Amino acid sequence: MAGDSSDIPLHIPDAPHRPGDESEFTDWPWKPEDLGMLEMDCSAEESSEHATGLVRVLGDDNSASGKWNPNLSPEDLKMGLEYMLRLRIFDDRMMKMQRTGKLSFYMRSFGEEAVAIAQTMALETQDWLFPTYRQPGAQFVRGRDMVSMICHCIGNEEDNVKGRQMPVHYTYKEGRFISVSSPVGTQFSQAVGVALASRYKDLDEVTITWIGDGASAEGDYHYALNFAAIFKAPVILNVVNNQWAISTHSNFASGLQNFAIRGIPYGIPSIRVDGNDFLALFSVTRWARERASMGLGPTHIEVLTYRAGAHSSSDDPSRYRPHDENEYWPGGDPIDRLKDHLISIGEWTEKDHDELSEKLDSEVMGAYKEAVKFGDLANGPYPSSDAIFTEVYETPPWHLMEQWEEMKKWRDE
Amino acid sequence: MPNMNMVESVNSALDTMLSNDEDVIIFGEDVGYFGGVFRTSDGLQEKFGKHRVFDSPLSEGGIAATAFGMGINGLRPVVEIQFADYIFPAYDQIVNEMAKVRHRSGGEFWCPVTIRTPAGGGIRGGHHHSQSPEAQFTHTPGLKVVYCSTPYNAKGLLISAIEDNDPVIFFEPKRCYRGPFYGDPHNVPTWGGHPEAEVPESHYSIPLGQARLALEGNDCTVIAWGAMVHVCEQAIKDSGISCDLIDLQTLVPWDKEAIEESISKTGRCVIVHEAPKTSGFGAEMVASIQERCFWSLESPIERVTGWDTPFPHTTEWDYMPGPDRIAAAIAKTQEN
Repeated sequence: MAGDSSDIPLHIPDAPHRPGDESEFTDWPWKPEDLGMLEMDCSAEESSEHATGLVRVLGDDNSASGKWNPNLSPEDLKMGLEYMLRLRIFDDRMMKMQRTGKLSFYMRSFGEEAVAIAQTMALETQDWLFPTYRQPGAQFVRGRDMVSMICHCIGNEEDNVKGRQMPVHYTYKEGRFISVSSPVGTQFSQAVGVALASRYKDLDEVTITWIGDGASAEGDYHYALNFAAIFKAPVILNVVNNQWAISTHSNFASGLQNFAIRGIPYGIPSIRVDGNDFLALFSVTRWARERASMGLGPTHIEVLTYRAGAHSSSDDPSRYRPHDENEYWPGGDPIDRLKDHLISIGEWTEKDHDELSEKLDSEVMGAYKEAVKFGDLANGPYPSSDAIFTEVYETPPWHLMEQWEEMKKWRDE
Repeated sequence: MPNMNMVESVNSALDTMLSNDEDVIIFGEDVGYFGGVFRTSDGLQEKFGKHRVFDSPLSEGGIAATAFGMGINGLRPVVEIQFADYIFPAYDQIVNEMAKVRHRSGGEFWCPVTIRTPAGGGIRGGHHHSQSPEAQFTHTPGLKVVYCSTPYNAKGLLISAIEDNDPVIFFEPKRCYRGPFYGDPHNVPTWGGHPEAEVPESHYSIPLGQARLALEGNDCTVIAWGAMVHVCEQAIKDSGISCDLIDLQTLVPWDKEAIEESISKTGRCVIVHEAPKTSGFGAEMVASIQERCFWSLESPIERVTGWDTPFPHTTEWDYMPGPDRIAAAIAKTQEN
């Protein structure tokens, strides 16, 4: 009887392409000229065109146009390009470290470099970042030292979270980058609380948070939208729709082909933005920040992008999607697009780009060499296992003190 | 008889039950097309159709609630929570709904759901890919709680769990999917040639509530479940002391005859689990053994457990109970 019950009317969605299929995406109908600016105090309903359309600034020819053009200076654009390229080169080096046993695990941001970088650049330094594991790039914008990031990923003696968390689960309080947690989605509703605390203290702080398309099926996503709308939290709620949650296509996360419009019935102005368009991302985020800062409440943003790499170093996407699907993504590559834009306005050349790549390569290599001086996973030295017992509570109670002594006895014998 | 690792034997149990019972359906995160992140449902969607084996949204609460609904309407869902650490969004549905529906409905509804979930440490999984939360379910009346340890008992117990008309939480020790774990991270054996890896392809079952006597001896009863069974085997060898090693297999309801019989013989007992000590299932074992076997006991019962801390990443070998700690506890029971 196996497999012959195809007349059972249970509907199960599928991904658009599986291994062996030709990858085909419909060309995007959306152009930078399509959508005007929204009024700051617009209602949720008034944003519906922006939620069903797509805010773009960089057109198919990579020129910048339209009402959402943030008119950034060439210096800012070059800075954004540098951050993105640094992240890509950093990711590649970290993945090599993972493959040689120097890290236990790794997750790249490949294809999504613009998301955290453009959005964090659009914020003020006092704003809070509540990321997932796919937004480490925000730390570059906030000035985190690369050596310290690598030490965390190794979990060596200089890891600021003391070897406790898996790689890529960064914590960077100085940059207001809140500790990454593995359970997906939890941060989304917590961010609303951070934002409400800022409001309570009457501070001009905005909180930004991200969630994946897949994790938007978790309850936390819906709690966040509801609480944010009701209490008018100064929060920017981003659904990064990168099409894939490990092997699960976004078709399994929503019955709609659109994530942005889910904010509207909650009462939150909602926008969909081209997630590989640095300028559009910057602009939409800047707009959302201004609204939040003016006390007008949350903004819900779908960041439309594509996870060009594997979910993690443990994943092999060629088992569940065509190996070249990313090459057909209508949004292209965020680094290429900003680079081509800069070239088209005469502010950048291929030679500049090569020189920047080389500079970043040696910067990453230098940081890597510096970081492994403090130990690598294959060879140690490791952080002291005393860190198992500290900071479980503010002060260890007696039973932890006893167990700590016992652990030391076994370790040190 | 084919030699299977635990991934293959779990897959074989699911395959057997999908073939035997049209009401069995399987869903969870990445379990459909991809066959699961640990490959336990590999090939099953292709074989049985995507209405029998399918991906779900990333929503553990939704998975449990949907399984509950399907269960009370006559299906027999087998769902996967990708890591036991991620089961907590489903906790309300499991604890307040699945576990109580038979009782609260006066026996008119029941929920024959099996929730499979990889658990335990030893894979450098840090806080959120290493926990062993069995005690958070053994404390809930209405649930049965199973923890397999070998390819053979994984299949036999999983088939019993699926055939059972009560909700069952089924823990799979992920460190043992591809080989037993003897407590030395540098020793990575496969299941090849292991007697517990001889697994029939056909249907067989191991009754829930029955323990397995993994080693037989005279001087101490060592009780464990999951990956710790193999670590205890190593510790017993290292200790040179003759021990019964009881692989509990089912935690609720646990096998009182097997425990009582062994302790009345040995008079001494060590309980081992990798979950934290406080309110761990070892505490329940100690209390119950004290109630039932007090006059047989010759020495205090020892517990060897994970510490009362979150599970660490780089220093996990200082967290997980190892053969040295267990062997010392066995020796201590022999002192008086």
